[in-house]
Amino acid sequence: MDALETGTAADTLATPPKMKRKDLVTDQEVRWCPGCGDYSILANIQRVMPDLGIARENIVFISGIGCSSRFPYYMNTYGFHTIHGRAPSFATGIKASRPELSVWVVTGDGDGLSIGGNHLLHTVRRNLDLQILLFNNQVYGLTKGQYSPTSELGMRTKSSPTGSIDHPVDPISFALGCGATFVARSIDTDAQHLQDILRRAHAHKGTAFVEILQNCPVFNDNIWKDVEDRKSRVDNTLHLEQGEPLTFGAPGRRKGVVMRDGVSTVIELDDAEDPIERGVVRHDQTLESPAYASILATLKLPGFPLPVGVFRQVEKPLYEEMLAGQVEEAIERKGEGDLHTLLHSGDTWTVEV
Amino acid sequence: MASPPGSPPLDGSRSKNSELEAKTESDPSRAPSTPGTSKPVESLRRVAVRFAGDSGDGMQLTGAKFTESTALVGNDLSTFPDYPAEIRAPAGTLAGVSGFQIHFGSEKIYTPADEVDLLMAFNPAALRANVDDVSSAGMIIINSDAFTEKAIAKAGYRDDPRLDLAERYQLVEIPITALNRAALQGLALGQREIDRCKNFFALGLLCWLYHRPIENTERWLASKFKDQVLEANRRTLRAGHAFGETTELFPVSFEVPKAKIEPGVYRNITGNMALAWGIVAAREQFDRPVFLGAYPITPASDVLHEVSRHRNFNIKTFQAEDEIAAASAAVGAAFAGHLAVTISSGPGIILKQEAIGLAIMVELPLVIIDVQRAGPSTGSPTKTEQGDLLMVMYGRNSASPLPVISASGPGDCFFAVLEAFRLAVKYMTPVFLLSDSYIANSAEPWLIPDVDSLLRYRIKYAEAVEGEAFEPYRRNPDTLSRPWAIPGTPGLEHRVGGLTKAPNSGDVVYDPENHAAMVELRAAKVAGIASDIPPVEVDGPEKSDLLIVGWGGTLGAITAAISEVRLAGRSVSSIHLRHLNPFPPNLGEVLANFRKIVVPELNQGQLSMLLVNEFGVRVDSFTKTSGQPFFISELRARIEQALEGPG
Repeated sequence: MDALETGTAADTLATPPKMKRKDLVTDQEVRWCPGCGDYSILANIQRVMPDLGIARENIVFISGIGCSSRFPYYMNTYGFHTIHGRAPSFATGIKASRPELSVWVVTGDGDGLSIGGNHLLHTVRRNLDLQILLFNNQVYGLTKGQYSPTSELGMRTKSSPTGSIDHPVDPISFALGCGATFVARSIDTDAQHLQDILRRAHAHKGTAFVEILQNCPVFNDNIWKDVEDRKSRVDNTLHLEQGEPLTFGAPGRRKGVVMRDGVSTVIELDDAEDPIERGVVRHDQTLESPAYASILATLKLPGFPLPVGVFRQVEKPLYEEMLAGQVEEAIERKGEGDLHTLLHSGDTWTVEV
Repeated sequence: MASPPGSPPLDGSRSKNSELEAKTESDPSRAPSTPGTSKPVESLRRVAVRFAGDSGDGMQLTGAKFTESTALVGNDLSTFPDYPAEIRAPAGTLAGVSGFQIHFGSEKIYTPADEVDLLMAFNPAALRANVDDVSSAGMIIINSDAFTEKAIAKAGYRDDPRLDLAERYQLVEIPITALNRAALQGLALGQREIDRCKNFFALGLLCWLYHRPIENTERWLASKFKDQVLEANRRTLRAGHAFGETTELFPVSFEVPKAKIEPGVYRNITGNMALAWGIVAAREQFDRPVFLGAYPITPASDVLHEVSRHRNFNIKTFQAEDEIAAASAAVGAAFAGHLAVTISSGPGIILKQEAIGLAIMVELPLVIIDVQRAGPSTGSPTKTEQGDLLMVMYGRNSASPLPVISASGPGDCFFAVLEAFRLAVKYMTPVFLLSDSYIANSAEPWLIPDVDSLLRYRIKYAEAVEGEAFEPYRRNPDTLSRPWAIPGTPGLEHRVGGLTKAPNSGDVVYDPENHAAMVELRAAKVAGIASDIPPVEVDGPEKSDLLIVGWGGTLGAITAAISEVRLAGRSVSSIHLRHLNPFPPNLGEVLANFRKIVVPELNQGQLSMLLVNEFGVRVDSFTKTSGQPFFISELRARIEQALEGPG
């Protein structure tokens, strides 16, 4: 997989001197808590951006409200810290009016899936060519520790002292249900994987929805440790690779995922066995129907490994291109608008002196 | 108005029909224009007519065509459609009645009129819903075919109302359904399609009665329909016209001479159309692409529809998933450098306030248009009110001032949009433009402005200055506005957001001094606009006993009432505010020159509250919240009362 594939219009606007990572660092003191997963995510984004070939002045980061949403202040690009849940709508206005800009939405499980659920739904289904990065720490961090739409049932927090009674929503399932054309999951501490996913998200022509598992050390520490920890993650994560079988586990403990009639099961594999012959699914992110990806999205610990990587990548027409196309088509069909002609159109009458 | 009450329904419709057939057969290609002189003609100075029928009967269309014909005659006019809230309520019920009123004359017309001289009622429900607005001894034309026992009962009448009405009004009963069917006999159309044309029979008749042309309607028909449907509508239009000339039911016809109107080229325009075209004009005059974010809501949806038709002006319209996304996307487009606008009515505006608050905080230009309707909450979507003034002034958290302007009439909406954009981009602020349901839907003749005379505005985006660090909130000392630095501009990369920030750098800060400084700077920026707007002009003596202060869509009714008061020999002055925040710079002085101030408004006293708060004056608040515009009569009564009463 070519990690440096760019292909967006932004890089054709100017031939800038090659951006360096330090160009993207602002003079603002980063104020996330020590140990917050956001530091790692920020660092990896700053490492990847220069490779994407976009001029720095064409990059816009838009966020809502939350710890995740402090992000734009730490990126030396154009940035807009908006209001709770609404970043996708601002991003839609920015991208639809200026398709040549490279637009990144940063949100969290609270910002994006509580108040922002509706806007995420519509922005994703419209399929503008932008990236949505959702940092999922399963808690409301900024407001100091209430449960969020992705928190497990029963989670005890300040606002749920006897346990949360909300059934959670899964971000990947949600995005697939909205018709997202690119859906991926990565992990804050897996630098290589995260950078690769970011590059691929950017390369995708359409809305790229990326869930980034993120640790909140203060209010929800270690919920992702099974997939973050270097030792345990090999047995607990399922790396999705286009065309490759769904296998996981260290040598000697290899396993595979079999799907039959919508039901998934995990089988044990000998190291030498061909998983495909044992019925293990071959991953195909290009399937038009999101059904397969939706089944993948239901796989969770402890019974299953947590899938990471690209669940789905398909193409469909871009909203901002269709909108610009309608403007062009209207000009072709009717000619450029003339105000005088418009005001005098239809029935007019003249009152003589 | 002329003489004898109408005769009971004609049984002799057969003979009438053969006369009609003879007339239409003789020269089917030539449309009759003004009626022949075989009947006497009376001259009237002004007339108010209302069409009323089931929603789905084509009342709005009939009214629109009659209006067009009236404009062509050269009368001054004012119209008002009265839509029911339901799209298509059960036929024959009061909830389903749809009406259209037009007031026209050879003198200046300010309002659609408090009462009508002629009611054209297509069924008993339409009659019942509208009869109270007919002036005493006025004329009521009904479709007698619709007055079956069942229909009369469905309209809620206990007894047949016709006998009683015939004594109080000039009741004219015409079997319109039958006459229409007779005129369209032989055409290859079903009964329902034929019956649906009867509104054009009535149109033809009324055009005859008031000497309006029908050629324009025929041209319009030819552009919209073809084959049998075209032929049917054309025939029935002429049949109605011919009927007027032939029947004895109308011994006299009326002419309303053309009004003395400023020479020029005119068109009819509704407030919503003018708003839409104002947005298109902004695109031209400010020479920037326009982005409109909107969500359908009565009575503002038409503006979205109309602007969406003009993509060829380089205007992008975005129907968002909700009001909030509509406003947020518009603010995003402003951030990106577009002329941004969002439009809604009360219940939608309230949803946008959060996004507007952000726009105030990040100081981006945005025009927000509120076409007010009766509330609170869902209220009456198709009725009018001026109830949102305080909401747009104060309905955001904390100190969030912004400019507020309002349109005074349909044509004025066009210019108000340009003024709103001017303030928005010059002062880098969201601006509210208030319209209302009444202005939105009523039409008046509009002297088409010369495009070259329109406001032009040159926008300059920020550019990087060599060796200078960019400060996103460093203000222009005259306007106190910050630079418009848009993505894509090298060297100006910066972040804006809703958090409290320091002056100049815009860095997020928490210290008390910076917080206070920014609150004051933003307030001073808006207050400073007062020196950039015209002083208010007093109509009438500049110093006297009584001043009427109005705003928004009440201008017509207030003007008409004042004109009547002055005709009766009394003195009264008036001002009509277009800029509501900040107020015009001389407003305080003006108010101080009058002993009494009456403030009529369609709410519970919102402008009154603002005036008292700002100037400490005593005002007499005259309020009305019935979902209707002011009647000239009630305004006149209140003015006269104020002139009589103690000082």
